[in-house]
Amino acid sequence: MQPANLLILTLALVVIAYGLGYARSRSLAMPLGGIRHLKSLPFYYGARAALWCGIPALLVLALWAAFQGKVIQMLVIGSLPVDMIPDSEGAASLLLSKISNVASGALPPGFVDAPIAQAAERLQELRSQSRLYMTALVIAVAVLAGFLGWLRIRPRLNARAQVESILKWIFFSCAALAILTTVGIIFSVAFETFRFFQKISFIDFIFGSQWSPQTALRADQVAAEGAFGMIPLFTGTLLISFIAMLVAVPVGLLSAIYLSEYANKRVRSIVKPMLEMLAGIPTVVYGFFAALTVAPFISDLAASVGIDASSQSALAAGGVMGIMIIPFVSSLSDDVINAVPQTLRDGSLALGATQSETMKKVIFPAALPGIMGGVLLAVSRAIGETMIVVMAAGLAANLTANPLETVTTVTVQIVTLLTGDQEFDSAKTLAAFALGAMLFLATLLLNVIALKIVRKYREQYD
Amino acid sequence: MTDQLSQAELVRKSLKRRYRKERRFRAYGIAAIAIALSALVVLFADIVGKGATGFMKTTLDLQVELDGEMMYLDDATDERQLKMADFVEPLVQALLKEIPSATESDRDAVADLINPYASVTLRDALKENPEWLNTTRSMSFLAHTDVDVYVKHAGDDAYSIKLSQQQQRWVDQLVEKGIVETSFNDTFFKNGDSRDPSKAGILGAIIGSLLTMIVTLALSFPIGVAAAIYLEEFAPQNKLTDFIEVNINNLAAVPSIIFGLLGLAVFINLFGMPRSVPVVGGLVLTLMTLPTIIISSRAAIKSVPPSIREAAEGIGASKMQVVLHHVLPLAMPGMLTGSIIGMAQALGETAPLLLIGMVAFIVDVPEGFFDSATVLPVQVFLWAGSPELAFIERASAAIMVLLAFLIGMNALAIWLRKRLERRW
Repeated sequence: MQPANLLILTLALVVIAYGLGYARSRSLAMPLGGIRHLKSLPFYYGARAALWCGIPALLVLALWAAFQGKVIQMLVIGSLPVDMIPDSEGAASLLLSKISNVASGALPPGFVDAPIAQAAERLQELRSQSRLYMTALVIAVAVLAGFLGWLRIRPRLNARAQVESILKWIFFSCAALAILTTVGIIFSVAFETFRFFQKISFIDFIFGSQWSPQTALRADQVAAEGAFGMIPLFTGTLLISFIAMLVAVPVGLLSAIYLSEYANKRVRSIVKPMLEMLAGIPTVVYGFFAALTVAPFISDLAASVGIDASSQSALAAGGVMGIMIIPFVSSLSDDVINAVPQTLRDGSLALGATQSETMKKVIFPAALPGIMGGVLLAVSRAIGETMIVVMAAGLAANLTANPLETVTTVTVQIVTLLTGDQEFDSAKTLAAFALGAMLFLATLLLNVIALKIVRKYREQYD
Repeated sequence: MTDQLSQAELVRKSLKRRYRKERRFRAYGIAAIAIALSALVVLFADIVGKGATGFMKTTLDLQVELDGEMMYLDDATDERQLKMADFVEPLVQALLKEIPSATESDRDAVADLINPYASVTLRDALKENPEWLNTTRSMSFLAHTDVDVYVKHAGDDAYSIKLSQQQQRWVDQLVEKGIVETSFNDTFFKNGDSRDPSKAGILGAIIGSLLTMIVTLALSFPIGVAAAIYLEEFAPQNKLTDFIEVNINNLAAVPSIIFGLLGLAVFINLFGMPRSVPVVGGLVLTLMTLPTIIISSRAAIKSVPPSIREAAEGIGASKMQVVLHHVLPLAMPGMLTGSIIGMAQALGETAPLLLIGMVAFIVDVPEGFFDSATVLPVQVFLWAGSPELAFIERASAAIMVLLAFLIGMNALAIWLRKRLERRW
């Protein structure tokens, strides 16, 4: 049975367990003189039986579904004759895709070697066996555990306390998933990054000024040595983020100031949601806009005044990214400006300062730390932004500060290195994870600093 | 010191300058807002301008003579014969009849006006209605993409017209006769992706997005709400709780592409799950949207006044009963609003899905959670990268569909908030 159908079946069993538990608690209570002689309401006995039935079965189902693919792959590889067992992970994945193509009928078995055709049959067989075992096991676990839970219903049993403590544990594990996710991120990038640094030295990666991630297909190939120096990517990311900030910070900040200090309620209620709309537009749309409208416009404009501009200029990507970040900056600064106590404002105005003087000399300095925190968060968003740069910035890793030239960024390289077919142990693929690790660390650092500043600032006026 | 101006005089003299500064400052603010809003307007205008024609298709209305001899077909119910038969010839002959100036030697040039898939349409029609053989039928076929581009964008410099001068004259004649027509592009909503722009549609991407969103919603909403309840109501004040909170706040700011790396390393390489399937996409997007949902759900729980809790506790409800019977229903509108906004984010997300292989070229409309699929924003990305302008037009149209979904979801969130949220 497919996992999805099995899931539905398990849920049906859970409902049945609930009904049976409910009925049993009532029938046990009847001879005693009604449900007031039960320790808990019948609902809780039913819920307890349902939890007993559902939790182990769903755990088994999830674990089986998660690991069956890998286990089957290993079994299939293991069943191959000794001389065909692949020696590297890359070769293994190639072989596996061939086998599964044969198994799915995309590749006729006559076109491949006999052992592969056999392996494909074995794969089919293992898959159907796995499905069968999974179905049997999940149903058995659900029925058995549900039956045990049902059997142990007694009028004196405090079903409510049990149900509540189970629920509390479920809630806790949902919250702890956040930790698991972080750990997952750290492990998945750290592991591959470690393998990458076994191939390429750390110093070359951090301080190298050449980025050309080719790996040789043959040993005697020209330019077999790929260069993995991240400085051009780093400067490219910074250049584009800097341009984005040049657009986003003044526009975002000034509009936040205008909206919070000058605009009346009606204007605010119209303009604010419209600014927020900029934040809700998917990044792929911005990328489309940058690549197909802004970039040609900029290169035409530059050509008309006699400057040479690339058709994938950093300016286009950065400028559009700036537009995307405007609402981010403006809503954060808005919060910060509003948090400045009214007394400061009143004091300054009472001394005869104009509104703009109050803003510039009193409120802005008071809000500056908070605004800085907001800007740092915006920077971290800019360096992690992917789609705009993938579509509008180039692939050429130039070491330049000229906004009209093409630069590439860390995120662009991650996407380019990881889309399409790949071997999992080539330096090229691993480089993407190393870049991911750098990106994760950089944004994490920025976020931690920014959140600290913002929090400190808030405490100051609380 | 009479020649010195008094303090009051000084202030008065500077007033004009200061007021000017004030006005200038205000103008800066207005200019900033104008820049932001005009960017929004230009963006929308650009997309609509580029994509409006994507909702139109160009068709040829032809009187097709289904001559069995010409098609090498004498029994339309025979599968083998259908496979071998020539379905191009009747179309070309029908078109040649409509263009008096074209001779038999122009045959190839005329044939190039017809969409390569038109013969498939004809075959399918004949398969369904075998009795049509040896009759003349009036049918409508897709025109070739080059004709489509010419009809829609004849005067536009951005588009390169690939038709020859002669072909252009023919098409002009056909337009006049009403044979070449543009109508609403239903193909766009009925098909999956295709190499031929005229035949490419977004149904596959929409279904893929829908399946992915179902997985995301089914996982992230319950988990997010449960986590929020735990953190707001049950979590003890200790290091572990602090650590969880720090993690959630940081995950909310982690770039989305990192979640793609996580999905690639864990779900695909560790668990051996298949690439480019909605389940894996949904799992990755779940992890990505969870912080958003948890944060907004916590805010919703916080906004329930303590008096509700105290009243329930006062009549003997347990902590769990207080939460499940009273706090949760009251916080639900806020949680739903936050989740819809989180879902809207997930629907527009592209980067992590690129890494788990949802960028493959997939023609078939996915039928289940384990079928290879792509999603709407990725489809936009794929078409936007195509050198053919006819695809750019489709990409803009797909963006409009995507934005329509997003605006709909956000409108629903706002409506829910207005309708259900209570002020205490």
